[in-house]
Amino acid sequence: MNVQAWTFVLVALSFALYIAVAIWSRARTTREFYVAGAGVSPLANGMATAADWMSAASFISMAGLIAFRGYDGSVYLMGWTGGYVLLALLLAPYLRKFGAFTVPDFVGDRYESQTARLVAVVCAIFVSFTYVAGQMRGVGIVFSRFLEVPIELGVAIGMGIVFFYAVLGGMKGITYTQVAQYCVLIFAYLVPAIFLSLMMTGTVIPQIGFGGVESGSGQYLLDRLNGLHAELGFAPYTDGTKAVIDVFCITAALMVGTAGLPHVIIRFYTVPRVRDARLSAGYALLFIALLYTTAPAVAAFARTNLLATVSGRPYAELPEWFRTWEGTGLVRFEDHDGDGIVRMAGPAAALDAAGAPARNELTVDPDIMVLANPEIAALPNWVVGLVAAGGLAAALSTAAGLLLVISTAVSHDLLKRNLKRDITERGELIAARAAAGAAVIVAGYLGVRPPGFVAEVVAFAFGLAASSFFPVIILGIFSRRANRQGAILGMISGITFTAAYIVYFKFVNPAANTAEHWWLGISPEGIGAIGMLLNFAVAITVARFTPPPSPETQRLIDSIRVPRGAGPAHEIEA
Amino acid sequence: MTPPSPSSPEDRARAYWRANLRILAVLLAIWFAVSYGAGILFADALNRIRIPGTGFPLGFWFAQQGSIFVFVVLIFVYVVLMNRLDRRYDVDEEQRP
Repeated sequence: MNVQAWTFVLVALSFALYIAVAIWSRARTTREFYVAGAGVSPLANGMATAADWMSAASFISMAGLIAFRGYDGSVYLMGWTGGYVLLALLLAPYLRKFGAFTVPDFVGDRYESQTARLVAVVCAIFVSFTYVAGQMRGVGIVFSRFLEVPIELGVAIGMGIVFFYAVLGGMKGITYTQVAQYCVLIFAYLVPAIFLSLMMTGTVIPQIGFGGVESGSGQYLLDRLNGLHAELGFAPYTDGTKAVIDVFCITAALMVGTAGLPHVIIRFYTVPRVRDARLSAGYALLFIALLYTTAPAVAAFARTNLLATVSGRPYAELPEWFRTWEGTGLVRFEDHDGDGIVRMAGPAAALDAAGAPARNELTVDPDIMVLANPEIAALPNWVVGLVAAGGLAAALSTAAGLLLVISTAVSHDLLKRNLKRDITERGELIAARAAAGAAVIVAGYLGVRPPGFVAEVVAFAFGLAASSFFPVIILGIFSRRANRQGAILGMISGITFTAAYIVYFKFVNPAANTAEHWWLGISPEGIGAIGMLLNFAVAITVARFTPPPSPETQRLIDSIRVPRGAGPAHEIEA
Repeated sequence: MTPPSPSSPEDRARAYWRANLRILAVLLAIWFAVSYGAGILFADALNRIRIPGTGFPLGFWFAQQGSIFVFVVLIFVYVVLMNRLDRRYDVDEEQRP
C-alpha cells in the first residue's frame, strides 16, 4: 500500500475507535458532563491529562523548534513539564478537596465575590479560545498534507468528530477518548523515534542514543552535531545564545502558565479522592515525559541528518523526500551563488572566495521535522500514516478539553452561578451541550480563517494564565489573609501588565522588539513571570490594608487543607 | 518529623499543615535546583563536565533530559510522603468503621 492509503486506513481506524469510545461513555448528568462523575481512575486520568495537555504544537512543532534552537529550545522542555510539579504539589490535591466543577468556581467561592468569578470566567474563555483555534489549524494541516484534502474540509471533519464526542459525552466521553488518543499519539511518536535512533546510533532507546556514538562518524552524536555547526558557522548546538535572565523568565512563565491553565486543572476534579489527584498528576507527568524526553533526541537526530545529508550536496542529487516537501512550500532552496549546490550557513559562516560571508540557501520550516522524519529516514509507509494519525490525536484531544472548559464556563459559571440560578439540571445540561456546540463552530471558523495574531497569542496564553490565575489560586490555599480586594486587584494588575507589555512589543511597536529595548532584557514570552510576581505583590499588599476573609471562608480554608472528607465533586449551595 | 502529640484538634491540624509545608519546601528546592539551577543558571559551568560514557555535556543534559526525569520522581516521592503523613495524622481518606 502507498503512503496515502495507509494514512487513510490508520486515520479512519483511529476515528472509529474514538467514536466507539464516545458512544460507550455518554454523559447523562451535569456531574458526568462536567467532571465525569468524579469516578475516573488515577491511571486513566493521568493518560487523559497527558493527551489533553500535549497539543498539535507538542506533537508536530516542538522537536523541530528544538532542532533549530539547540539548547535554547530547552525552555519548552523544562517549562511544559516542570509546571506539573507545581500542579501536583501546590494545586491539584487542594482543588480536588474543594471539589467544585471549574476554576472560576474556586475563585468565586474562596474570595466570596461574583466580580472575581467573572474576571476568572473571562480569563478562562479567552485563554481557551486562542488555544483551540491553533488545534483546529493543526488538524487542517495534517489533513491537507497527508490526505490531500483542502484545509477547510480537514477542519470540518475534525470539527465533526470533536462535536460528536464532546457534545454527547462531555467530560466523561472526552476522558475515555483521550485515553485512546494518548495511546495512538505516543505510539506514533515513539515508533519513528526508535527507528531513527537505531539508524543513527544503533541504540534502541532514543534517550540513550541521544548521548551515544553516531554510527557514520564514530564520534558522539552531539560532538558531531557541534562540529557540523562550527563548520557552517552556527553557534554550538549544546550552548545557549539567549540571555540567562530571559531563559529563566520564559521557563518560569511556561511552568507557572501550565499550572494555571484551566483545561489542565479541571482534569483533577475527575478523580474520586484527594490522594488520587496527587497520584494522577504523577502518572500524567510520566506519560508526558515519555514524549518530552524523546523530542530532544529526535531533534538532535533530525538536525544531524539534515546537515549531514543535505548541506553541501548538489541540488540535483537530493533525496526524494526533499522534493515532496518542497511542493508544500515548507522547504525552500534558493541558489544564491548559482552553483547548484545546497549551502547552509549560520551567522558566523566563513567568507567565500570573493570575501563575502556565505549566504544560507536552504530554509526549512521547523513544523515539518516530525512529519517529514519518517520519509527522511526512509521508514516504511505505514509509519508515515501512523504519524498523521498521531498528530490528529494530539490536536483533537486538546481541542476537546478546551471546548469543555468553554462550555462549562458558559453553562455553569455564567448561567447557573450567575445569571439564572434557578436553572434545572436538565436545562443546565442542554445549555452545556449548546455552548460546546457553539464553541466547536467558532473554533472551526478560527481554524479555517485564523486572524493573523492567533499563532502569536497562543504562545502568550501561558504568560496570561501565569499572571492571572496562578497567584490567586495559590494564595487562596496557602494564605488565610488573602481576600477579595487583593485577589481582584492582583488579577487585574498582573494580566494588564503582562498583556500591555506583549501588546506593546508585538503590535504597537514591533520594530523595538529586540533585546536592547526589553525591560531588564526580558522578552515578551517571559514577561508573564514578572506579571505573576506583580500579581502576588499586589494581592498581598492590598490584603494587608483591607479586612480579612469571613469566618466561613476561614473554615473553607481549613477544610481544603486536609484530605479527609472529600466527597465526590459537588454542587455548592450558592 | 515528630509524631503528633495527643493535643487539641486545632494543634494537630496546625502540626499537620507545618509538616506538609516542610515536605513541599524540600521537594520544591530540588525542583528549583535541577531546572533553574543545573539547567539554566549553572548550565555553562556544568557543560565543562561530561557524563562519563556519553556525549552529554552535563548542563545541557539537565536542561533537556535530567530535569524532566527528576520532576517525575519528585511527584511520586510526594505521593508516598503525603500518604504516610495523612495516615500519621489520621486525616487520610481510608474507610474505617
